[in-house]
Amino acid sequence: MPNNKEIYNKKIIIAGIITFFVIITFPFWYNMGKAAPLPEPKLSDKAKAAKECVRPKEFMKAEHMQLLDVWRDTVVRDAKRIYVNSKGKEFEMSLSNTCLDCHSEKAEFCDKCHNYASVTPYCWDCHIDPKEKK
Amino acid sequence: MENSRRSFLKIAGISALGLGAKPIFDALAASEGYEGKPTIETARNKNAITAKQWAMVIDTRKFESAEDLEPIIEACHKIHNVPDFMDQGNPKFKDANKRHVIKWIWEEEYKHAFPTKENRFLNDRLKDLPFLVLCNHCEDPACVRVCPTKATFKRKDGIVLMDFHRCIGCRFCMAACPYGSRSFNFRDPRPFIKERNPKFPTRMKGVVEKCNFCAERLAVGEMPACVEVSDGAIVFGDLEDPESEVRELLGENYTIRRKQGLGTGPSVYYIV
Repeated sequence: MPNNKEIYNKKIIIAGIITFFVIITFPFWYNMGKAAPLPEPKLSDKAKAAKECVRPKEFMKAEHMQLLDVWRDTVVRDAKRIYVNSKGKEFEMSLSNTCLDCHSEKAEFCDKCHNYASVTPYCWDCHIDPKEKK
Repeated sequence: MENSRRSFLKIAGISALGLGAKPIFDALAASEGYEGKPTIETARNKNAITAKQWAMVIDTRKFESAEDLEPIIEACHKIHNVPDFMDQGNPKFKDANKRHVIKWIWEEEYKHAFPTKENRFLNDRLKDLPFLVLCNHCEDPACVRVCPTKATFKRKDGIVLMDFHRCIGCRFCMAACPYGSRSFNFRDPRPFIKERNPKFPTRMKGVVEKCNFCAERLAVGEMPACVEVSDGAIVFGDLEDPESEVRELLGENYTIRRKQGLGTGPSVYYIV
């Protein structure tokens, strides 16, 4: 009776399995210790002086895209252009003219994080960065 | 007997696993919920001017030649970042660009603007007079009916507006509009915008655009740009308000509208 616990072509198969795992894990050990540093968006002087954004920093960090989404619908659909924050302060809901008025360095502020997170919002296909030269 | 003990243990094990998993789900749920979605308080600008149905009356008696219309067209196109594909000074200018031209307000001959009112022997003045044409902001707009994404919609004040964010560029609206008021961005318009107005966005390749009755100006209490530079030749106001200047003009003068028989109810009136 043949020993049926024997693996045929054992050497090739084991070598193959090892090679497979090396290749599949290649991105992990190749990039080990090379993690890109966390981006630190730079606040412009005007933003620093204002101390607080439309809403608290933590909220803006996590939810600014939702806020902007609500802003755009409210402006376009409901024709309301004024935003009142929890402190009663009023802002014009405008990406180019309110957000970028304080955060005037788009490359240092928006783009830094967006590039790190590999997101490419298409805001700027239409909305104008006032500082951008054609 | 052994069988039932076995199944009892199975069920007990699964139940224990389920109970054990609850704190994990709780933890996940807690990290998700951050202060909730922005419920925000918004308001209109205090100066904003509103109406039940905005309408425009264009007094064509005050225009003599295309030169009179030029500053009006330019004012509109400048503040709305409308590209000029026919600008010969632009390095990308080609004759074929005329297929891509974007128009918000432009001039048209009488016979093209009012094809249903054309006579064989037309009054000499009207025959050669350039007419200003733009989106009619219809009371029953065909473009709104056909838009599959509701990117174009009719506001409560009668303005037929576009949400460029929403437009997928299917061009149904262009096929539906009987006035040719809509233009499609076949290409990136930015290289053809001489001076960008940062107060208003540009458009991107693949969306349709048209006149918006200067909704962004009305929102801050200003009259539309064309009205402002027309020197009184264009009047803008509330059609539903019997005291408005528009109604006054309509009461005093005979006016015509473009392709009225189609039933779209255009809101741009012409005194001829």
